[in-house]
Amino acid sequence: MAQNKEHSEHHVIPFKILSNVMIGLLVLTVLTVVTAKGIHLGVLAAPVAFLIAFVKAMMVMMYFMGLKYDTRGNQVIFATGFIFLAVLFFTCAFDIWTRIQVQSTL
Amino acid sequence: MTTEILMFGGLFVGYFLMHGAYPEMFAEGASHLSWQLGATNTVVLIVSSWTMALSIHFIQVGKNSKATWTLITTLACGGIFMIIKAIEYKSKFDHGLLPGKFFSAEHFEHANLAMYYGFYFCMTGLHGAHVLIGMSLIAWVLIRHLRGDFNPHYFTAVEGVGIFWHIVDLVWIFLFPLLYLVG
Repeated sequence: MAQNKEHSEHHVIPFKILSNVMIGLLVLTVLTVVTAKGIHLGVLAAPVAFLIAFVKAMMVMMYFMGLKYDTRGNQVIFATGFIFLAVLFFTCAFDIWTRIQVQSTL
Repeated sequence: MTTEILMFGGLFVGYFLMHGAYPEMFAEGASHLSWQLGATNTVVLIVSSWTMALSIHFIQVGKNSKATWTLITTLACGGIFMIIKAIEYKSKFDHGLLPGKFFSAEHFEHANLAMYYGFYFCMTGLHGAHVLIGMSLIAWVLIRHLRGDFNPHYFTAVEGVGIFWHIVDLVWIFLFPLLYLVG
């Protein structure tokens, strides 16, 4: 979405890159199902599924949304959303953890 | 779009914390879902995200008729997603697997299983609403595209709707493993 008077043309993401990303996303979806249903990872199952989802999400944001070719400003704005999400998660998790410490229950 | 992440983010945080507190109950809840239907919907949304990105690509390079078809395919994929979702919801309604006080299923192990379905319906319901809104927006840009409003120098509306649609895909990428697989 970078736009100024000198470079009013947007970056055209090549057909091949978009198609490769789509194939990559499908392969990772198969990998998600295989790791969850095919092999028993036990306690690692959730982190592995989440890690694959994170990689897929990055692919969608960088290439489909075009953030990779976007201005630094827009990239920072997008990242800010995730930073505040992490703040929300950690404060809530800390609240529950300390509650269990004090009351031995939720 | 960043606020969208935060809106769904609140539900995800709730899911993680309650999943940490009652992992077995969440696993039982997930076992009642069809991961095959969830995986099919994941593929449908990934393909639709690809065709949406291609629509912008084709408009940028002046291939308008190809852009029309990729926009129609994106819309069709949204429709397929909602049909599969409706089949899933129907099965949950029939078995009484509903949130809170509406829960009326029999033969279950965990007394608080209704909480899992609270998360399931809130998260997939909010996501489904986004799919419907996204489909309306795609229909709108499709009509404008057919009217000849867009060209390689002006396609802001398609780009904006595209980013919204990718957010819909993005959220589902996390919902699928969390609700259907790990549980």
